[in-house]
Amino acid sequence: MSAITRESVPALVPMFRFQWEAAQECHVLLYPEGMVRLSSSAGEILKRVDGDRSVADIVADLKAAFPGADLEQDVLNFLDQARANGWIRA
Amino acid sequence: MAGSAPELSGRPLWLLAELTYRCPLQCPYCSNPLDIARYDRELDTDDWLRVLREARELGAMQLGFSGGEPLVRRDLETLIGEARRLGYYSNLITSGVGMDGDRVARFKAAGLDHIQISFQASDETLNDFLGGTRTFQHKLDMARAVKAQGYPMVLNVVIHRRNIEHIEDIIRMTIELEADYVELASTQYYGWSRVNLDALLPTRAQLERAEAIAHDYQARYRDRTKIIYVVPDYFEDRPKACMNGWGSIFLTIAPDGSALPCHAATSLPGISFPNVRDHSVREIWYESEAFNHFRGFDWMAEPCRSCPEKTRDFGGCRCQAYLLTGDAANADPVCGKSPHHDRLVAEVERIDALSDANAAARPLVFRNMPNSRKFLA
Repeated sequence: MSAITRESVPALVPMFRFQWEAAQECHVLLYPEGMVRLSSSAGEILKRVDGDRSVADIVADLKAAFPGADLEQDVLNFLDQARANGWIRA
Repeated sequence: MAGSAPELSGRPLWLLAELTYRCPLQCPYCSNPLDIARYDRELDTDDWLRVLREARELGAMQLGFSGGEPLVRRDLETLIGEARRLGYYSNLITSGVGMDGDRVARFKAAGLDHIQISFQASDETLNDFLGGTRTFQHKLDMARAVKAQGYPMVLNVVIHRRNIEHIEDIIRMTIELEADYVELASTQYYGWSRVNLDALLPTRAQLERAEAIAHDYQARYRDRTKIIYVVPDYFEDRPKACMNGWGSIFLTIAPDGSALPCHAATSLPGISFPNVRDHSVREIWYESEAFNHFRGFDWMAEPCRSCPEKTRDFGGCRCQAYLLTGDAANADPVCGKSPHHDRLVAEVERIDALSDANAAARPLVFRNMPNSRKFLA
């Protein structure tokens, strides 16, 4: 499997539901009989994964929301891991 | 796992709604209590709607509609709709009997997220014998209907001495049906299956063979079907972290409204379980004596109390400790450190030595209301 690049367009695998949990104050991924609590950075990235935007778009949007952060490599690393976990396709 | 936040505890993240103990099947390994015949006053729709709301407010995310057979409840569509509105991920845990393609579609429209169908075996005769009723062809039809509707599908097969030799056929059936997850769940010995222990516990040789086959298929089909194989804990020497600890993340509501830290907890003597007819879910979870009974570590006796592994396995299963030692505060005797472990090993060896003919000749006590009434008498 080739690494995710700036041109990749990631999408959530349909089995997963991504949502904000007020009681936990974090984003979660829900799937059959299971759940993953996401760190705030993972939540911010997955919030922007919609099967439409490229990784470059997602990074640009994150930079606008969190000025000064150099986060492209972090985003790529996370998305690689998320794909290995079966959460996204790209 | 990368990206996941640290474990938060103290909230009922998992709500298991046992809507009814009525069931058209009679599986002799059923995890329901032996006294199912006592549960003749089920919660009504409004009670359940309130339970769903209150548990969601406390942070529950995963919701299992279970039973018995939850499809028996005519209000299931209403409950699914409310669960979706509240933001639950809802799982229907079913035999498949009591729905057809149209009802599967109606559940989808109401917002059901996932369906888990049980099979008793991959062979029609054995499947229908174990379930005590003819269901096999219908289960196949329903599995296909679930996939056709685009649900994620889990197929669950409880594994024991009567079907373990068929494990390869079972796995192949689940792959052909395009299951997303397959749970090969070794029988856990409580309630009905404990009564049928001698007829159901596999031999060590059978287990090792089954495990090797399961692992082979796990590796080969990793990209399309996730196969989960659960070893029966009687063969282990460290206990399972049962329920992730008592009153930690699991909340079961029985058909009569009893609130339980696990679905087998009514077997424990001396604990009075609160009822959602009398108390809010918040009071039950945080304040009731029952939910605080085995919380934390202060209740523990030795060898658990001073054991460095207690934060990992919580001393194992309270119900199993009670069933096998007579005291629910003892270490689960699955643990090699338990003074009762040798007795469990001896029991497993005794059953291992039963020839297949002897094990198969033992009459199975099927899970049904007439048999339950005999246990009540």
